[in-house]
Amino acid sequence: MSLAARVEEKLYQNRYIVDAGKPHIAIRPHDKPSENLLAMTRICPAGCYSETSSGQVEITPDGCLECGTCRVLCEASGDITWNYPRGGFGVLFKFG
Amino acid sequence: MIEERFDAIVIGAGMAGNAAAHTMASRGLKVLQLERGEYPGSKNVQGAILYADMVEKIIPNFREEAPLERHLVEQRFWMMGDRSHTGLQYRNDDFNEDKPNRYTIIRSQFDRWFSKEVQSQGALVICETTVMELVSDAYGKVIGVRTDRKGGTLFADVVVLCEGVNGLLGARAGLRATPKPEHVALAVKEMHFLPRETIEARFNLHGDEGVVIEAAGVISKGMTGMGFVYTNKESVSVGMGCLVSDFATNNDTPYGLLEMFKNHPSIKPLLEGSEVKEYAAHLIPEGGYKTIPELFGDGWVVCGDAAQLNNAIHREGSNLALTSGRLAGEAIFQIKSRKDAMSKQNLALYKKLLDDSFVMKDLKKYKDMPALLHANSQNYFLAYPQLVSKAMENFLRVDGTPKIDKEKATIASFVKERKWTGLFGDAWKLARAWR
Ligand SMILES: Cc1cc2nc3c(=O)[nH]c(=O)nc-3n(C[C@H](O)[C@H](O)[C@H](O)COP(=O)(O)OP(=O)(O)OC[C@H]3O[C@@H](n4cnc5c(N)ncnc54)[C@H](O)[C@@H]3O)c2cc1C
Ligand code: SF4
Repeated sequence: MSLAARVEEKLYQNRYIVDAGKPHIAIRPHDKPSENLLAMTRICPAGCYSETSSGQVEITPDGCLECGTCRVLCEASGDITWNYPRGGFGVLFKFG
Repeated sequence: MIEERFDAIVIGAGMAGNAAAHTMASRGLKVLQLERGEYPGSKNVQGAILYADMVEKIIPNFREEAPLERHLVEQRFWMMGDRSHTGLQYRNDDFNEDKPNRYTIIRSQFDRWFSKEVQSQGALVICETTVMELVSDAYGKVIGVRTDRKGGTLFADVVVLCEGVNGLLGARAGLRATPKPEHVALAVKEMHFLPRETIEARFNLHGDEGVVIEAAGVISKGMTGMGFVYTNKESVSVGMGCLVSDFATNNDTPYGLLEMFKNHPSIKPLLEGSEVKEYAAHLIPEGGYKTIPELFGDGWVVCGDAAQLNNAIHREGSNLALTSGRLAGEAIFQIKSRKDAMSKQNLALYKKLLDDSFVMKDLKKYKDMPALLHANSQNYFLAYPQLVSKAMENFLRVDGTPKIDKEKATIASFVKERKWTGLFGDAWKLARAWR
């Protein structure tokens, strides 16, 4: 999909210090994703959420912009757990 | 980490946190400020327009030192049609004054500078430290914080929560709820670099003059949202934001919407040939007065975006954050000077100072706007802009049709779209909410 490709290009311009092996967002295991969780595959501004071939939603938060959108939409239902990365890690805006 | 006890711990080194820490440290209080980013500003995103008055009240000579981009001499409001825009433009040479009222800034640079000022007042600022939770005593009074550093529990008389819109600490401690999807907008933003002469020629500017464009209409596809183009010295900030609840039910991606905005025929020529150096995203609190949580309690106060103190109608947030941080600092200083406890009862002084300021007065004035715009977003952000665009086209295209027929066609299209009652109803509701 061309727009998804484009968001990756956008993320390349940013600076990150990834806390390898310590993802700050996790999805609760599920058979069928909730509507909001599925919506995240479209809404996440960093394209971190994607749908697997068997219909579950998975997350790779390396490019996360720490905006909190998925927290606002999916935390209350227990679909995800959301934390800030450890101090100093994550996205580092040069301009903001 | 540190053994000593502080008068106050400030969470976050954004606009509110820096204002609070500066206000308290400059009055001699022992202040510790904690920021999770590598440097102050590394996590922060803004458009960004800075309002001078609110900074001046904290650092009177800031214009000489602070990294400022352009002072604003012109504001444009554009109502976007599919391939057109109808604009309102205000430019005033009087804005080229000695002490300009508004500037554009680059947040990460400004916040870094502001934090140095805070440190020069004697506050201890520690970055790369995420506060994990608030620490309370047996009576529920907040007495400190636990950080992600080893042995990182720290104590103070009062904790000033300036953790921004996505503040976890207050929510985790049960002091306030996490914002609802209909009360926050998701904004995406890019920094486009261009030679300064190009920016000045394209936007009709001289020297450090600046212009900002706010755009609404079909660009948000019927969602409650807006776009913006702000001029900096050698870059242009371009962004788009819509309510999270609208995004959840719409079919667009935020970056797809931004691409469409950038490619709109009215915007594209302004950005031609630019080099994009950053892509950012951030939430904006848009629920207004009705969503403001409890602002103080035993051993704590909350300021800025974390408290939903943001005026979405005027796109003001940093100035409300600066002012609430400053007033929290002043209240704490007064209580401390009287040697009183940082109890809920005494910290009510902060709320009183805030109620007397423009912050609460402005938010109260617009208390009905957020819900109204949201409930009628299809009309305000899609149908009306298209109608206005059509009306302008009818008015301007000279094609041998008698003017009277054109006028009739325009009016008919308005009525057809919304019926008279609908149009009057919308106008009436808008006017009432605005009062
Ligand atoms: C795209 C966009 C455009 C905007 N345009 C404008 C504009 O033109 N003019 C205007 O006035 N306002 C604008 N705003 C709003 C403005 O940015 C905010 O109102 C303002 O930044 C709020 O300041 P704050 O200090 O409350 O929060 P922030 O500036 O967000 O600061 C919060 C700080 O707390 C830190 N933090 C959070 N949690 C922790 C923790 N647990 N431990 C340690 N540190 C933590 C964060 O890293 C951050 O530095 C805009 C916002 C956006 C997103
Ligand atoms: S916080 Fe924002 S950028 Fe990060 S995964 Fe969630 S929606 Fe995506």
